[in-house]
Amino acid sequence: MSTLDVPRVAREDAVSDAPRATIINDFSIQVATVNGSGSQTANNVLMRAIFQMGVPVSGKNLFPSNIQGLPTWFTIRASKYGWIGRKKEIDFLVAMNPETAQEDVMKLDGGSAVIYDEPLKLNQLRSDLHFYPVPFDKLVGPVCPEAKLRKLVRNMIYDGVVAHLLGIDLEEIRKALFKQFGPRKAKTAELNWGAVKAGRDYAEQNLAKTDPFRVERMNETAGKLIIDGNAAAALGCMFAGVTVVTWYPITPSSSLMETLIGYLKRYRIDPETKKATFAVVQAEDEIAAVGMVIGAGWAGARAVTATSGPGISLMSEFAGLGYYAEVPAVIVDVQRVGPSTGLPTRTMQGDLLVTAVLSHGDTRHPMLFPSTPVECFSMMGSAFDLAEQFQTPVFVMTDLDLGMNNWMSEPFPYPEKPFDRGKVLSKADLDRLGGFARYKDVDGDGIGYRTLPGTDHPAAAYFTRGSGHNEKAQYTEREDDYKNNVDRLAHKFETMRRRVPSPEVRYNELAEVGLIYCGTSRYAAEESQDQLKREYGLETSLLRLKAYPFTRELVDFINRHQRVYVVEQNRDAQLFSLIKLDTSAEQIAKLRSVRYYSGLPLDARTVTDEIVDQEGL
Amino acid sequence: MSATATPPPKKVNRLGLEVVNYKGGKTTLCAGCGHNAISERIVEVFFEMGVQPWQVAKLSGIGCSSKTPAYFLGMSHGFNAVHGRAPVVATGAMLANRNLLGIVVTGDGDTASIGLGHFMHMLRRNIPLIYVIENNGVYGLTKGQFSATADLGSTLKTGTPNDMPPIDCCLAGIELGATLVARSFSGDKRQLQAILKAAIAHRGLSIIDVISPCTTFNDHEGSTKSYAYMKDHEEPVHDIDFVPFFDDIAVDYEEGTTSEVRMHDGSRLRLKKLGRDYDPTNRLGAITALHESNGSNEVLTGILYIEPGRPDFVETLDLVDEPLATLPEWKVRPSREALEEIMEELR
Repeated sequence: MSTLDVPRVAREDAVSDAPRATIINDFSIQVATVNGSGSQTANNVLMRAIFQMGVPVSGKNLFPSNIQGLPTWFTIRASKYGWIGRKKEIDFLVAMNPETAQEDVMKLDGGSAVIYDEPLKLNQLRSDLHFYPVPFDKLVGPVCPEAKLRKLVRNMIYDGVVAHLLGIDLEEIRKALFKQFGPRKAKTAELNWGAVKAGRDYAEQNLAKTDPFRVERMNETAGKLIIDGNAAAALGCMFAGVTVVTWYPITPSSSLMETLIGYLKRYRIDPETKKATFAVVQAEDEIAAVGMVIGAGWAGARAVTATSGPGISLMSEFAGLGYYAEVPAVIVDVQRVGPSTGLPTRTMQGDLLVTAVLSHGDTRHPMLFPSTPVECFSMMGSAFDLAEQFQTPVFVMTDLDLGMNNWMSEPFPYPEKPFDRGKVLSKADLDRLGGFARYKDVDGDGIGYRTLPGTDHPAAAYFTRGSGHNEKAQYTEREDDYKNNVDRLAHKFETMRRRVPSPEVRYNELAEVGLIYCGTSRYAAEESQDQLKREYGLETSLLRLKAYPFTRELVDFINRHQRVYVVEQNRDAQLFSLIKLDTSAEQIAKLRSVRYYSGLPLDARTVTDEIVDQEGL
Repeated sequence: MSATATPPPKKVNRLGLEVVNYKGGKTTLCAGCGHNAISERIVEVFFEMGVQPWQVAKLSGIGCSSKTPAYFLGMSHGFNAVHGRAPVVATGAMLANRNLLGIVVTGDGDTASIGLGHFMHMLRRNIPLIYVIENNGVYGLTKGQFSATADLGSTLKTGTPNDMPPIDCCLAGIELGATLVARSFSGDKRQLQAILKAAIAHRGLSIIDVISPCTTFNDHEGSTKSYAYMKDHEEPVHDIDFVPFFDDIAVDYEEGTTSEVRMHDGSRLRLKKLGRDYDPTNRLGAITALHESNGSNEVLTGILYIEPGRPDFVETLDLVDEPLATLPEWKVRPSREALEEIMEELR
């Protein structure tokens, strides 16, 4: 869902200096719980209920690399303005985790509200907050007779309390809850519904509302859906006609593959024969996963694998082979903080530089940068088309924030364009031509013609190998053959520059300052543009990159501004560095860098503060 | 005799192709390399079996052995992949197009070291492939280091003894799920031909571990992968007679001397008893025989294990009959209604 898709509401109330009146549909709720306590369901239900009330909402799960026992935080942001990036400030805390409760409370700004487990006595910590004690253990007993389920059901109680305090329609909670559990788990849903009501009843009878936050119905979410980027990319693969799917489980990409497998089983079984029009392999490692994709792509299948940074590292040699042997492949990189264990459940745009040149020798790989579930869906289609058009591995660079968090989204448009399977010679073509030279640049675009193994023609075969080959795919170590081949590959990459998705550019005629970013950095950057203008009077233009290699629009954008901030989520200014490789000294002199790298999704305030600092405002 | 006499008709196979249609480029390996003999056997056998060359995909890893696909089946698609990882590239290719006949040629470095993990998992999956290991116990292309199949106590050309026990690829094959496991010797023309034919007829994964001496780096005294050692220590477990489905010759054998295995395509393997009782359908028996031979310095050759009935990976995945690679768009892009249904569920 693009923040642009949400019509802005007049914002007088937000800038008003009047005493703190009710704050409607513009705050964030943070739920602090223990991993494995079933809180995810309670949080998703809360988020969906607000969504069902027509209020733009986003949910971010900040979870540990752990199955059970470590602290986890879930942040729900409601924004009538449609800002769905992470908000740094927490307005409404639900403190369920005794281990983190004190620190969580101490971090709040004055005026925030806290629902907490009564025995924790958090109200003794500060006097400038609104405290709501709830005796969760006392409440859970009567609604959940089975003791071993209490730990899970207990969390649903806070949904009832929050609903009462924020004015969330309880019927919307009920609807979201039953949707979450589905018809097959109606009994479990009923049990949880009891807990919600107990929470609501307790709040109604015992808690006097003192905080200013309220949810009120809007009409900004009609027709929209809630989906995570991984599921969106999975659907993108299925509707792009993927036939070979390989993977090695790795957070945060596993759910992409698991979701894809689920959908393939539903929609891609041949109705007549009941056989599969797809093959799925859980490989022994990421090297195998990408090797299978390369083998399948060589034989003509649309093949995909999904991974994260550690997998990208392992795929390096095959990525180079794919580049030089010119084999289509699609690789999704759901970026996380790495390497090794790193922070596997935290987000980062950390693989941009390494992926652009993955492998040894002279290599360049195209990358696509989706920023919304809609783009996760549509760019998978683009990735398969580009891979086959250009006969090369294509990397789709998402991240944990986009992949694993739930996003409000427009429904996905049905892909109208037929597949582009690239330059593949059929038996009839070979009959007509008599033969072909696999790596000859016949059309002047750097892209040769290929044949698929099994093509029923004596002249179809060619021999595929790495970089040591001539136009006819024969092994050679001749200097001119090698140089001609890599020069043609460079030319092919230049052709790609004109065919990859163009950036989304929003020129502001008043602006001397531009912001460049890609992927999920858009949410912070776009909101920051609003903050910069509103709070500092600084006008800015925006350019969101959708692909590498960069297109002409990037250079135009830099030329039209005095100072250009490259906003990204890594320490080493990776996107900035890639831009520098493609621009002149004069353009580079205008570039500045805004970097954020602590593992959480980038927030607008961080961007604004950094730009204000560098601008000397 | 007339000076204009027509030359004798060239020998053709059941497709009308000549043996020359199965040849590849000129070998660049050393004179006397066992691998060249294996390439020749592949040419002969694919010709004799009447395999359509352009239905074959030949793949390899890196090393001397992996160069050989360039030296046979010049009319087949070839893929010289990365070191040790031909099994995964081949897996992808076979899933993309189940009609391909896949042959992978690797070495002992590929299979028993850098690609051991892929080898093991290929075995588990029973990928429909002919997987040839050109096993010389040594890294040839990097000039003579031990490989992981070198026997304990065998020596390098320099006299350095090997202090590591070997990995037996046939034992791994039987243990982990290959459905045809054979060992042969590059110098045993007749046996290797019969095994390769059986592998073409087999549906499932065929592992063929061929002892293939390296004349340059591992053909000396002290090597257990030399021509001389193999001449002295090769111990065929049976005499193999392969009868293809299209060449149904009835031969009578003396009761009790020969067993017959029927292959998926109707071809038959006739295994004539030699010195010992050997039942290649008995998994535990085969494993025991290999362990015993390793203790007695015998190199057992022949079809060590065969299990014709087990489903291969393509069957396990229950793929449609036509190649996935060329399924038409309407079969692989679900309908507008399907997308709408999914969207509705997410609202």
